[in-house]
Amino acid sequence: MLEIKGVCKTFNAGTVNEKRALNGLSLTLADGDFVTVIGGNGAGKSTMLNAVAGVFPVDEGSIVIDGVDVTRLPEHKRAPYIGRVFQDPMMGTAATMQIEENMALAARRGRPRTLRPGITKKEREEYREMLKILDLGLEDRLTSKVGLLSGGQRQALTLLMASLVKPKLLLLDEHTAALDPKTAAKVLETTEKIVERDHLTTLMITHNMKDAIAHGDRLVMLYDGRIVLDIAGEEKKRLTVEDLLEQFTKVSGAEFSSDRALLS
Amino acid sequence: MDITALLNMMPGAAAQGLIWGVMAIGVYITYKILDVADLTVDGTMCTGGAVFIMLTVHGAPMAAALLGAFIAGMLAGLATGLFHTFCGIPAILAGILTQLALYSVNLRIMGQANQPISFRNYALLVSSRNVKAMTLENPILIGAIFCAAIVAVLYWFFGTELGSSLRATGANPNMARAQGIDTNFTKVLGLMLSNGLVALSSALLAQYQGFADVNMGRGAIVIGLAAVIIGEVLLSKVFRNFALLLVSVIVGSILYYVVYNVVIWLGLNTDDMKLITALIVAVFLSIPYWKGKYFDRPGKKGAGTHA
Repeated sequence: MLEIKGVCKTFNAGTVNEKRALNGLSLTLADGDFVTVIGGNGAGKSTMLNAVAGVFPVDEGSIVIDGVDVTRLPEHKRAPYIGRVFQDPMMGTAATMQIEENMALAARRGRPRTLRPGITKKEREEYREMLKILDLGLEDRLTSKVGLLSGGQRQALTLLMASLVKPKLLLLDEHTAALDPKTAAKVLETTEKIVERDHLTTLMITHNMKDAIAHGDRLVMLYDGRIVLDIAGEEKKRLTVEDLLEQFTKVSGAEFSSDRALLS
Repeated sequence: MDITALLNMMPGAAAQGLIWGVMAIGVYITYKILDVADLTVDGTMCTGGAVFIMLTVHGAPMAAALLGAFIAGMLAGLATGLFHTFCGIPAILAGILTQLALYSVNLRIMGQANQPISFRNYALLVSSRNVKAMTLENPILIGAIFCAAIVAVLYWFFGTELGSSLRATGANPNMARAQGIDTNFTKVLGLMLSNGLVALSSALLAQYQGFADVNMGRGAIVIGLAAVIIGEVLLSKVFRNFALLLVSVIVGSILYYVVYNVVIWLGLNTDDMKLITALIVAVFLSIPYWKGKYFDRPGKKGAGTHA
């Protein structure tokens, strides 16, 4: 479903701020894979997701989604294949627009925008039904501006929007990192529900090792812009946080201590 | 001071306010919906009138001349849009570049710095001489019809899929792109629509005042912003619906010209009017910032709230 092959990306090349964020990264996801991604700060996790989403062009390598080479496509042309939820709750929704308007925009992801109505009566009813899965009472607030919602509500809504048109690939970029633990747990629960319901191929970045172990059927660790650990199936089920920390020490050596706080 | 003189000025203020209201709606589209301050309009506010007069003088019918002005404005918006999206120039600078270029273009169109058009020789739609006439030719009536029609069309347009994608682009470009919206395209389209309306307003204004002048658009952006802000400050608590928001912009424009005429009536030098306008707009633009900085009560959080 997703094939990342030898992707390199260097930011600010040729300056003192030069940063090689992706260093020949390769990763292949089969249809229905739910992969959690961990790694220290600057390991290239978000860069990987943004490279797949097309936020910037990559320097080398190729990205293929469901047989389509999207390496040279701009962000909006990859949108038909990809559902995204961002780390910043402000980023996935339009604050000054209504809940139903946001959903209507998402329901037209990947389709040309015509002069037909931006939202229909029938859609409103559908959205009301769909919002119930979030269990946040948003189904009664269809015409509320999204800016009035809390961060957790916005993330849950963004998640629902990302799956309104079934994506080939769901990209979750630490989508619970900005939330309080209780809200984060709830949004993760909703994530599980939606991924399972639609059988979505998913890449989920997380800072939380426990979440990385508890969710998904495969776990990869990034270090220095490359995949250094890839565990799936039974082996992943037996993983513990200690195992991961040990693995992390092995690949990163001395840098472990500085990253420990972030990873535990 | 003679109050009747002031009252006598009010119909003119209303007519001018309605004509500039069309322009202010154009500014609203870029400034409020697309979140871009587009300075092209200072140039477009002459281009529309210039094109209209030259077409009329060369025998074009009214509708064709108005359409020509609208298209000319759209082309100016296209230029700014391409500077901004295709060439990557910051929006403000892109607008300034087009505005400067339009000064030459406007002179080329008119052949000279000023082009008169007289109601004696041509059948004009609006003219200041009818401003107190109780007939269907009254520019207040015609201006109001224009404004109503434009509000109706825009209300429909911004409710469509395409119009919604424009609003999304202004509200959150990241989200818009993630939903497959080509934000470069929507920005260019918005700038074209905006400048088309400004040029239409310019074509009406040239008829109203009987001439087009290469300097007639100077500071237009500030007048447009003043109208948008006055309307917002006075009516945003009452008007929520999109169509009513556009109406509040027109009301803001009329109020601006009422104040303008009061200033003249008070005997102030009208040369100072641009200074006064700039200061008023600066103050109104500062209010939201000051509110946030000095008067933000804890517990009452705005849109930027995290959970």
